[in-house]
Amino acid sequence: MIVDILWYFVFAFLGIGFISAFIRLAKGPHLPDRIISLDLISVMAIGFFVAYAVLYNQPSFLDVSIILAIITFLGTVAFAYYLERRV
Amino acid sequence: MGEYLILGIFLLGSFLVLVAGIGLLRMPDLFLRMSATAKAGTLGTGLMVLGAAIHFNEFAIYTRAIALIAFLFVTAPVAAHMLGRAAYFDGVPLWKGTIQDDLHGHYKLTTHSLEEEMVPEKEQLQMEAESDDFEISE
Repeated sequence: MIVDILWYFVFAFLGIGFISAFIRLAKGPHLPDRIISLDLISVMAIGFFVAYAVLYNQPSFLDVSIILAIITFLGTVAFAYYLERRV
Repeated sequence: MGEYLILGIFLLGSFLVLVAGIGLLRMPDLFLRMSATAKAGTLGTGLMVLGAAIHFNEFAIYTRAIALIAFLFVTAPVAAHMLGRAAYFDGVPLWKGTIQDDLHGHYKLTTHSLEEEMVPEKEQLQMEAESDDFEISE
């Protein structure tokens, strides 16, 4: 019983982290601030998928998080390349 | 017993992710924000993946979890370094309480190359002009 309640704390922590990252995404004064907040949002989404997979006992969601990790890295590197070259 | 261990790992991991989110929101500078997210976010997510591997306790899941943790721990510093370098060259301002900036005046903006000697004044002026340009375009 207490375990079920404490599982909601995991999702609450992740949700508050999501909200603060989205606030930084909305008001970030420069373009790199927005890029790092997008990066953190995707890392949080990986954690969210993993927590969901454990809570509902469905290991297929781990594959989703692997794909998301790869796409996140490529996206951040592409944004950094664009920011340096400005083309 | 195992249930409480997994729950503890998940609570610690999600708390670290929360710390990363609050650090992203509250830190005064791009580079300080980047140090908060790159370390705390990666460590928190890695802990959660480890907890999932312990929960499922199968060989296939352990393989995926190890691959995911290794990928996260290798790529997060690389991405943060590339982004920080690009942002510094782009002229993102440092925090006003910064007491040391070893790179100041040591790079050419035209070629994006670091120099051991101080770059002549003319090219620095050009650098400041371009960073002003950046401020307007934002």
